[in-house]
Amino acid sequence: MGKKLLLQHINEPGIQTFEVYRKMGGYASVEKALKTMKPDDVTEEVKKSGLRGRGGAGFPAGMKWSFIDKKSEKPRYLVCNADESEPGTFKDRYLMEKIPHALIEGMITSSYALGAKTSYIYIRGEYMYIVRILEKAIEEAYANGFLGKNILGTDYSLELYVHPGAGAYICGEETALLESLEGKRGNPRLKPPFPAIAGLYACPTVVNNVETIAAVVPIINNGGDEYAKIGIGKSTGTKLISASGHINKPGVYEIELGLPVEEFIYSEEYCGGIWKGRKLKAVVAGGSSVPILPTNLILTTAKGEPRLMTYESLSDGGFATGTMLGSGGFIVMDETASIVENLYTFARFYHHESCGQCSPCREGTGWMEKILHRIEEGRGSMKDIDLLADIAKHIEGNTICPLGDAAAWPVSSAIRHFRQEFEDHIKLQRCPLSR
Amino acid sequence: MTENKTIAFSDEALAKAKKIIARYPEGKQKSAMLPLLHLAQAEFDGWLSPEVMDYVATLMNVKPIEVYEVATFYSMFNTKPVGKFLLEVCQTSSCWLRGSNEIVNHIKKRLNIEVGETTDDGLFTLKTVECLGSCGTAPMLQCGADFHENLTIEKVDELIDALKNKKERSSYLKSLVNS
Amino acid sequence: MSLVKVTIDNIEVETEPGTTILQAARKIGGKGVPPAMCFYTSLEGSGGKCRTCLVKVTRGSDKDPRPMPKLVPSCRTVVQDGMVVQNITSPEVLQARRAITGFLLLNHPLDCPICDQAGECYLQDLSYDHGLAETQTIEERRTFVPIDIGDKIKLHMTRCILCYRCVMVADQLTGQRVHGVLNRGDHCEISTFITRAIDNDFSGNMIDVCPVGALTDRTFRFSSRVWLTKPFDAYRDCHKCSGKTVLWMKNDQILRVTGRKDKYGELESFICNDCRFEQKNVEDWVIEGPRIIERHSVISQNHYEQM
Repeated sequence: MGKKLLLQHINEPGIQTFEVYRKMGGYASVEKALKTMKPDDVTEEVKKSGLRGRGGAGFPAGMKWSFIDKKSEKPRYLVCNADESEPGTFKDRYLMEKIPHALIEGMITSSYALGAKTSYIYIRGEYMYIVRILEKAIEEAYANGFLGKNILGTDYSLELYVHPGAGAYICGEETALLESLEGKRGNPRLKPPFPAIAGLYACPTVVNNVETIAAVVPIINNGGDEYAKIGIGKSTGTKLISASGHINKPGVYEIELGLPVEEFIYSEEYCGGIWKGRKLKAVVAGGSSVPILPTNLILTTAKGEPRLMTYESLSDGGFATGTMLGSGGFIVMDETASIVENLYTFARFYHHESCGQCSPCREGTGWMEKILHRIEEGRGSMKDIDLLADIAKHIEGNTICPLGDAAAWPVSSAIRHFRQEFEDHIKLQRCPLSR
Repeated sequence: MTENKTIAFSDEALAKAKKIIARYPEGKQKSAMLPLLHLAQAEFDGWLSPEVMDYVATLMNVKPIEVYEVATFYSMFNTKPVGKFLLEVCQTSSCWLRGSNEIVNHIKKRLNIEVGETTDDGLFTLKTVECLGSCGTAPMLQCGADFHENLTIEKVDELIDALKNKKERSSYLKSLVNS
Repeated sequence: MSLVKVTIDNIEVETEPGTTILQAARKIGGKGVPPAMCFYTSLEGSGGKCRTCLVKVTRGSDKDPRPMPKLVPSCRTVVQDGMVVQNITSPEVLQARRAITGFLLLNHPLDCPICDQAGECYLQDLSYDHGLAETQTIEERRTFVPIDIGDKIKLHMTRCILCYRCVMVADQLTGQRVHGVLNRGDHCEISTFITRAIDNDFSGNMIDVCPVGALTDRTFRFSSRVWLTKPFDAYRDCHKCSGKTVLWMKNDQILRVTGRKDKYGELESFICNDCRFEQKNVEDWVIEGPRIIERHSVISQNHYEQM
């Protein structure tokens, strides 16, 4: 059994309530931070922990915090990114639904570190039932003196609110999220300026993913060094993995970073192997945006070493033979899955979710969807394959925000590793695998 | 029906709206846009007519176009009328891998409508949506705030039968209005 | 403040701190100026969207000489002392620009033969300079029905490239914006949502800032190809605006009035609707003389010697 830092009390009856959560040691990080630590000390521990952003980009969280403009006279904000919308990712939903106080506690401790007096949790609108759960948890935290004026009798005060989105994947991009929180369309902003300098209402702002903020709790409780002992190299701590697709046991698993991919897929503790006794064909390891890998490359690197669940190991070999840990949305496909049709669902997704602000993404995502739809339906031609790769290449890197890259990478990687399947679709004029 | 009435929130909803607006700093009341539109949609038959949006604009003191721009951007807002029960079936990768196409096809047949259409009795609207974060319990559909997961054809039939006897319209937010 | 030195396509130029790469390139002038379809100097927050002005920064600055990892929008990237930029000297930039031209044309109707903007259209110029000779797409194009927004302005949404300039004009110039960008992704459209006339003294400037034929002057509609009209700088006493305009004439008839644009299509000053739409008699104006159109386009092919 790997170490659990976020989900260790998941099966405790009543852990959703303040009472039980507190009894299990909850809110200790708030007490410790507010009563015994300076805000910068909290940031220092997070830096020491090596915690990296759990939303997908993997940027060191402590470093992100240290960028916040402390010279500015303006108020500072912490905004939690709970807009979880990356296909294949549902870990934040699980955490917020099962242990809402873990997020609230993390928000208080983190807001204290950043000097935020007001913080928001921006949650995707479709998770409306979780809004209720979080609001209830927040009410309990207020009632018990962990939120509001003079928390625990200190001079630190914090107001915390939940803000629902309304159906837009792009609002998971931090500047689009801030635009949306300001009541506007979710059009990403041009950077610079970065949110740490001019974020919400042009004030210094940090935006962090749910899991990142929840991880601050064990880091403060046990110390950053303790946290950094888990994992391998620059992949420290534990990570929530959302496992879905053709496996026996879909669900959310907390793993120690460094777990071999093969063990994750086949062990009874995690995915429990491929369903229906079938063979593994491909994996999208970090949410829809990351490159898809065929069986041989997901289980071992091109060098023949076992592939591990770390930021570094999954990206070993670059995009030629590797992928990314991303958000930890682990989508498994068995031998009967059509890579082309799966890719079509991704392309349709990105087309649907493109904000339309910049031209390569606005026009390119729809174009790729149309071509893939034709190929899947048996109306493709051989030159469509190169055209697709070409479109993806020209979207990548040329857009305002990473949605362009996210739309391009699945396409380029599917063609890179499964070109034959595209050709078969075209030659047969139908999907060779359609059920 | 709302046609002949002046558009306005109920007292409870208005109180809720004021509470929401107060969450944001002075002068930043536009931040209340998405929560208020959710509230408006719950109040006015599940969709946002121009009149309703104009009303919401007055609550935040913004121009009507600022509301239209936002309402048409986000997929949860309906700017055309929808049925009493909006069935939103996820169709992205993980749901597709576990049979969302079959679910959609079954609902189409069962209700005799295409995606995007509403049944003649005004009860059901079928919509396909993109990933709702239910990949581990795929396939799924959302109706109001409720997630219906690990769907099978039988489960879908049971749901439709149950909804037919339900009085309240499906809403993302209805119960939040009075909370 | 001391000037900063930046090198663009091997030409060195000194500019004020805070200048963007695009502005610095315009200071140098000539062929090395990146095309800009959405940026507009006098509209705050404009730029960054169309991606036609992407350039390569091979050296960030004297302080931090690392190259920038991706191409950057020159219109919104501020120069640093010692920065080195490649525009037309970079094959990567030219390739990206060709692709972006393709994206902008993907759903464009290519109806130049019946478009009033033809001859002075920035998308036409861009395609001429950077586009491929043949289309790569066989997909059906997205279409919209043309609509009148007010009695003076026609909106052909099919031609729009979503530069947002007209929205910014309405926001920043008139303060009474009733139109905006609706919907999402490639369903985005410029619209008033419900039928509403755009009606204020400066709304006509939306036509002048539109880089393509999406917004055109209904009082000029189908009157003439622009290159068959002759531009004259003219002036009238106007209490609403500067009154400094360009009259586009055929013989002694004024077919169209616009603001005075520089070679990048940017207005010297915004003009009022009265000057633009209502003053079509030569007696209404003091004609200052023929206007030389500097920009490189069909419209600059006037022959004044025959006047």
